[in-house]
Amino acid sequence: MKCAILLAAASLVLCAQPALAQDFTITNATVAAGDGSEPVAGATVVVRNGRIASVGREIDPVRSGEIIDGTGMWVTPGIFASITTLGIVDVEAVSDSDDRGAGGSPFSAALDVSPVINPASQGIAVARTGGVTRASVMPIASASIFGGQGAIVDLGADFNAVTRPRAFQVVEMGERGGRLAGGSRTSAHALLRNALREAARYGDDARLTGNTRTGPTRTGDDVPLDPRMTGRAERDSDVLLSRFDAAALVPVVNGQQKLYVKVERAIDILSAIALREDFPKLDMVLVGATEGWMVAERIAAAGVPVITVALRDLPVSFEQMAATQSNVGRMVDAGVTVAIGGYDSRGDLPHGLPQQAGNMVAISRVPGATGLTWGEAFATITSVPARIAGLADTGVLEGGARGDLVLWDGDPLELDSAPVKVWIDGVEQPLGNHRTRLRDRYRDLDESDLPKGYDR
Amino acid sequence: MQKVVLLALSASLAACATAQAKPEGASPSTKAWTAPKGVDERAPFASTYEPYPGLPTALVGATVYDGAGGRIDNGTVLFRDGEVVAVGDGSLSTEGYRRIEAAGKFVTPGIIDIHSHLGNYPSPAVDAHSDGNEATSPATPEVWTEHSVWPQDPGFSRALANGGVTSLQILPGSANLMGGRSATLKNVPSRTVQGMKFPGAPYGFKMACGENPKRVYGNRNRMPATRMGNFALNRQTWLDARAYDGKKRDLAKETLKGVLEGQILVHNHCYRADEMAFVIDMAKEMGYRVSTFHHAVESYKIGDLLRENGICSAVWAEWYGGKMEQYDSIPENAALIHNAGACTVIHSDDEMGIQRLNQEAAKAQGAGRRMGIDIPDAEVISWITLNPAKAMGIDAMTGSLAPGKMADVVLWNGDPLSVYSRPEKVWIDGALMYDMHDPTLRPVSDFELGHPGEGDVK
Repeated sequence: MKCAILLAAASLVLCAQPALAQDFTITNATVAAGDGSEPVAGATVVVRNGRIASVGREIDPVRSGEIIDGTGMWVTPGIFASITTLGIVDVEAVSDSDDRGAGGSPFSAALDVSPVINPASQGIAVARTGGVTRASVMPIASASIFGGQGAIVDLGADFNAVTRPRAFQVVEMGERGGRLAGGSRTSAHALLRNALREAARYGDDARLTGNTRTGPTRTGDDVPLDPRMTGRAERDSDVLLSRFDAAALVPVVNGQQKLYVKVERAIDILSAIALREDFPKLDMVLVGATEGWMVAERIAAAGVPVITVALRDLPVSFEQMAATQSNVGRMVDAGVTVAIGGYDSRGDLPHGLPQQAGNMVAISRVPGATGLTWGEAFATITSVPARIAGLADTGVLEGGARGDLVLWDGDPLELDSAPVKVWIDGVEQPLGNHRTRLRDRYRDLDESDLPKGYDR
Repeated sequence: MQKVVLLALSASLAACATAQAKPEGASPSTKAWTAPKGVDERAPFASTYEPYPGLPTALVGATVYDGAGGRIDNGTVLFRDGEVVAVGDGSLSTEGYRRIEAAGKFVTPGIIDIHSHLGNYPSPAVDAHSDGNEATSPATPEVWTEHSVWPQDPGFSRALANGGVTSLQILPGSANLMGGRSATLKNVPSRTVQGMKFPGAPYGFKMACGENPKRVYGNRNRMPATRMGNFALNRQTWLDARAYDGKKRDLAKETLKGVLEGQILVHNHCYRADEMAFVIDMAKEMGYRVSTFHHAVESYKIGDLLRENGICSAVWAEWYGGKMEQYDSIPENAALIHNAGACTVIHSDDEMGIQRLNQEAAKAQGAGRRMGIDIPDAEVISWITLNPAKAMGIDAMTGSLAPGKMADVVLWNGDPLSVYSRPEKVWIDGALMYDMHDPTLRPVSDFELGHPGEGDVK
């Protein structure tokens, strides 16, 4: 309760324990549920015990809890920002503050971001102020094609950021993967296959010694495939992974932990999907997939979801030759599950995801382009990424869902809209940060009494 | 991602030039100095750009933002022979013009990006194309970035079709304190850079403060390794240039002399307020003026100083987090600069951002409104039209819809400050160079021919 009071006072201090969720009702707002449906005007949202109790136009006002008049405002689920570096870097060019990658580490797949995510970082505070309530935090592969294990976090102002530790493993299989693997995509594929079969064997024998076993092999043509390429690790000298890294890949090869595969080029996408022929339990998510539209039907048939940046439209590399802003829309039309996430342009920040989604609506009016409806676009930054992250009850306003909500001063996809209030698990969040404090200090330049250094 | 990192670390320092091309009584020399011509008596690498043919056109019924802060509802814009003829209300006669009914749509001047690396850091962003930083010496005033621009960069077409960009300044990167001359271009496809060069545009001169030069050269254990080294090296270079008598041609000193004489506009990449204040004083000491501080994330701390010195700030809407000197970037920066009476420009420094300068301006406007600074839409449009034109010294020719100016015009299918709007048609000097409804009016660079996605909507 003390914490709730602190939060109400817009303190920037984090609470050691999460504050208690408050019951409240927002009335007469435009509600966008995040499930792909179009916004509904004049609706009511009831939140109880940190969860959505009910949503709709015919809801009786609840007697208990605060009543918030939402007239002229919008209520939505919080933004789910995929593929972020929230909480693992303060300033990208200040290496001491940067835990995104570990190029000098002896470990790769075993790296785990969950214990180092800093909930007090400005990145998290700024994203929260912009309406982001949950995110995936992804390490950057640096010492190997494996980046390590990412986490799902909430952006609440407390020290319990991690919603799902070790939610996914990261592997680079495109241009960058080729460089990390020693100079070629061929090496990336060999490394990945070797690592996965070592991990598959690891469950049987922690020392990773091999036993020769020949079995049936399946090949695409008349060139025989040695069974050791697909079967078990064969020799002690085969072992390229530390035992820690191999252990980290066991849940990947068993399909218990998602594998986020970074690929851009159409054929790299297909080759990634084809890994399941040899490792059938892999639970993959394609990250990047700039050329996904070219093979969208095959991605859809494979049932593999995609997380992609929405606005890439330049051949910035030879693996993105077919980049177009219609990538998302064309994949969605083909039946692919697509979340918009990541950012790679100046000015892009996690709380800029609504701008990316809004542009998908914009191009639906450009002849020849394929965009999204408003409801589809909003789902790509709320319910869809939450579902990909394994949080089925998040990113959507419906009875029983998590109480992650944002009250906006206008259409959340519009450029000049901003959150008025943000709740995570039903707890109202502070919306101050370093930037808002600077704004307040420099509202004027008056130093007639004292220097700005005293102005707080 | 790799490209962003590259630019962030080595190319993102830019400087801004002042709105006026001529220094006010600060010139160290008593007689006018003219940049040397070639043996053919012409300026080298002269523009060969000629406007393409266009029809006399009347845009009727749109909301018109003239770029100079004016707004006309249900307006009429007339242009022919490459020039704006008249801008007015529904009473203007459109006889003799092809009428385009534009009710519900919006018209602005062509968008101008004062800070681009299209061509000198083109797509694909491979090492062989990395031509923006002559990072072999901290002061390279002798280089002209037009010699690094690859006119087949596919980014030009995206800036046209998605961003409505009709003019842009290509700057050298920020590895060097003095990075070289800029190139001001018309955003027209061309086989040569000369075919893009904006006729009559003054050159800009790129300078850089802060982290980038001291990091690049400090890492090589040479000067500058510190901010004090940055300033010492700059000042000595200016002093040497002031002593230049012009008897023996010296490319570096010719450029510096051009700056000192007010013919070349200084665009100074500088993030921090305290450093900008030092640059202003250094310019006064040496006798030149700064046109624009680029990136300028702390301009909001010194809006008064920038107003008094007539210096523009070219800024992002809110980007931060990349570098230490960017730590105090706030979304309200542009609005606070504007509110202080100083010149605000929204820039991109990015091949993606240049496609959405209108959107970035709208974000900055919204941040201002939320803190009580309400800036009319028509004035916000000047941040990406007339203000950059002034800072680049081309405002007498473009940047606003005024009779006699170049007919650089964008017809938007909705409010350009809405995320839901896109350019519908773009004219450059009265020639229709992009039409959303006509796939044949979508330029495709040589590089993209025969590749997947050639001619796609992008």
